[in-house]
Amino acid sequence: MLYNQPNPLEVKVLSRRFTLPNSQSIETYLANDGYKALEKALGMTQDQIIDEVKASGLRGRGGAGFPTGLKWSFVPRQSPKPKYIVVNADESEPGTCKDRLLIEYDPHQLIEGVIIAGQAVGAEQGYIYIRGEYRYLIDVMDRAIDEAYARGVLGDNVMGSGRKFHLASHSGAGAYECGEESALLESFEGKRGNPRIRPPFPAVAGCYQSPTILNNVETFCAVPAIFLNGGAYFAGLGSPKNGGTRLFCLSGHVNKPGVYELPMGFNLMRMINEVGGGVRGGKKLKAVIPGGSSCPVLKADECDIAMDYDSVAAAKSMLGSGGVVVMDEDTCMVNAALRIMKFYAHESCGWCIPCREGTTWLKKLLTRFHEGMGQRSDIVLIGDLSKNMLGRTFCPLGDAAAMPTIAFVEKFKDEFEAHLDGKPCPYEKSNRMVAA
Amino acid sequence: MTFSPELEARFEKFLAKYPADRKRSAVIPMLIYGQDEVGAITDELINEVAKRTGATPLQVTEVVGFYSMLHRKPQGKYHVQVCTNISCLLVGGAELWEQACKKTGLGHKETSKDGLISLEEVECMGACSWAPAVQVNYDFYHDVTPEQLDKLIDGLAAGKKPEQIAEVTKVSC
Repeated sequence: MLYNQPNPLEVKVLSRRFTLPNSQSIETYLANDGYKALEKALGMTQDQIIDEVKASGLRGRGGAGFPTGLKWSFVPRQSPKPKYIVVNADESEPGTCKDRLLIEYDPHQLIEGVIIAGQAVGAEQGYIYIRGEYRYLIDVMDRAIDEAYARGVLGDNVMGSGRKFHLASHSGAGAYECGEESALLESFEGKRGNPRIRPPFPAVAGCYQSPTILNNVETFCAVPAIFLNGGAYFAGLGSPKNGGTRLFCLSGHVNKPGVYELPMGFNLMRMINEVGGGVRGGKKLKAVIPGGSSCPVLKADECDIAMDYDSVAAAKSMLGSGGVVVMDEDTCMVNAALRIMKFYAHESCGWCIPCREGTTWLKKLLTRFHEGMGQRSDIVLIGDLSKNMLGRTFCPLGDAAAMPTIAFVEKFKDEFEAHLDGKPCPYEKSNRMVAA
Repeated sequence: MTFSPELEARFEKFLAKYPADRKRSAVIPMLIYGQDEVGAITDELINEVAKRTGATPLQVTEVVGFYSMLHRKPQGKYHVQVCTNISCLLVGGAELWEQACKKTGLGHKETSKDGLISLEEVECMGACSWAPAVQVNYDFYHDVTPEQLDKLIDGLAAGKKPEQIAEVTKVSC
C-alpha cells in the first residue's frame, strides 16, 4: 500500500507500477514492460544509447540537475580500466523521501536503468550504495538482484546478448556527506566519507579510480521509460531543457503531504494547493523550501513559478532533490534557519575548514539569536560568515549550509530583528528547539 | 572471533562483491552488520574486519568514528530514534522528541539501565512526507503522535516485540 493517496494531477511514469500487486517482483515487472527497454538498448550502439539519453533531456535527480546524457558521454570508453556504474541511494537531503519509494515499490526499474547505463559505457559491474538507515530496502534490492540473476537479466550473459553485467548492493552507515559523489566513492572504498578534489570527476576517475557513471536512484529509474518510448517522448513530458517527470516530496504544513510524480515545470503554487490540498488549518503560506534543505527559501510571493531546474534557478533557488517543504504563517524563520544549520554542523565531515568552522559558528550565532540574545550586528555577521563559505570547500556541503542561511537572513530580516533586544520569539508555538 | 553461521555467510557474500584487490570496500557493510550481532563495535570486531578485508585495524577504527550509525558502546535492544529535522520539526517532531525523553527518562544517546531502550535524536531519515517519523532499530513508524509514541515505549518496556504493539504500525518490513 502506498504511504499517501495518489493525486489525479500526477503523470505516472516512474511510479506507474507502484500500486500493482507484488510490484517488487520480477514477474510483475516483466508483465508490465519490464526489461523491454534493456532489450532495445542491447541492440543499440554505445553512441546511440547516449544520444537517446541526451535527447530525453533527463537531468540528474540528485539535486545538481546536470544533463545525464552529457555526464555519461564524459566516460572515456576507450580506457583500458574497468568501468563502473554506481547508484547513489544515500538519500539524506532533509525534505527528500522519493528514492525510498522507487526502491521499495519497483526495484527492477532501477536494475534495468543501471544495466542500460552499463551498456552505454561498456561497464560490467554496478553497485547500489544504500544509506544504512534504509536496511529494509537493502533486503528488497538483494531479493530483486537475485531474481534478475535467476532470470539471466544479470550475469555473464545479459539476456542472451553475450555481455556481462554484475550488480550488488552496498550498505552505508549514516553520513549525509556520503550523498556527495566523491565522498560516496571514498566511503564505498571502505574509508571515511571525505570528499575528493574534483577534477578529475568520477566519469574519469571514480570508483577505484576507474571511469564511473554515478547517478541518483531516480535518474537511473527514468532510463527504462526513455528507451521504451523514446527520448523525444520523455523530453515532451516536461518543460524545455527539463525532460520528464519527477517525484516531488511534499512535506511540512500542507493538508496532503506525500510523494507525487508531476511533470517537470509544474507550477509550485498549484503543487501546494491542488496536489498538497493547500496549507494546513486554512493558514497563510509564508515560505517554501523548493528542493531540500540546502535550497534557498522562497517567500510566498515568489512561489508562482514552474518547478524545473531553470525556472527555480531564475528565482535564485534550486530545484534540488525535489523535497518541497511548506511553511505556514506561524513558522519562525529564525528557528527554521537554526534547525537546518544544526543539521549541517552535525553533518559537516570536517575536511574543509570553512565548512567545519563556518557551520559550527553559524549554529552558535543562530542559537544565540533565537534565544533572544542576538545583537543587530549579528545579522550582518551571519550573512558575512555564510558568504565566506561559498565556493571555498571541496564539496558542496559548505555551500548547501551557506546558501539557505543567506536567503533566510535576506528575505526574513524583519523576523531576525523581531528577536532582538531580549524579546521572546514571536512564534511561540514553533519556538521549540531541541539540543542535538 | 566467531560469528553466527548466518553472519559468516553474509560476510562471505560481502567479500565476494568486490574485486579481489578491493576487499576494503567490505569494511563498512561488515561493521554495521557485525555490530547488529555483537551489540557494538568492539576491538575484537575491528581486528576481525581488518583481518578479513586486508585493512589495518587503524584504518577500520578511523572509519568507525566517522559514521553516525556505528558505535563503540552497546545501545539498547530497542534503539528509538526520533527525527527533528525540518520536515518533522514543522509537524511536531520536537514535541515528539520531548515526549520520548519524558516517557523514558532518557536523554540524547542514553540507554536505560536494563539495556532495553536507548534514545537518539536523529537527522533526516527519509520519511519527510509522512512526518513526524520514528525509527526503532531499522523499522520505520510514520505520522507518529505523542500518544502513539507513549504506547510504543510502554509496549517495549513491557517486553513486547514492536510488531506485537497494536496501537502503532510499522510501515517497513
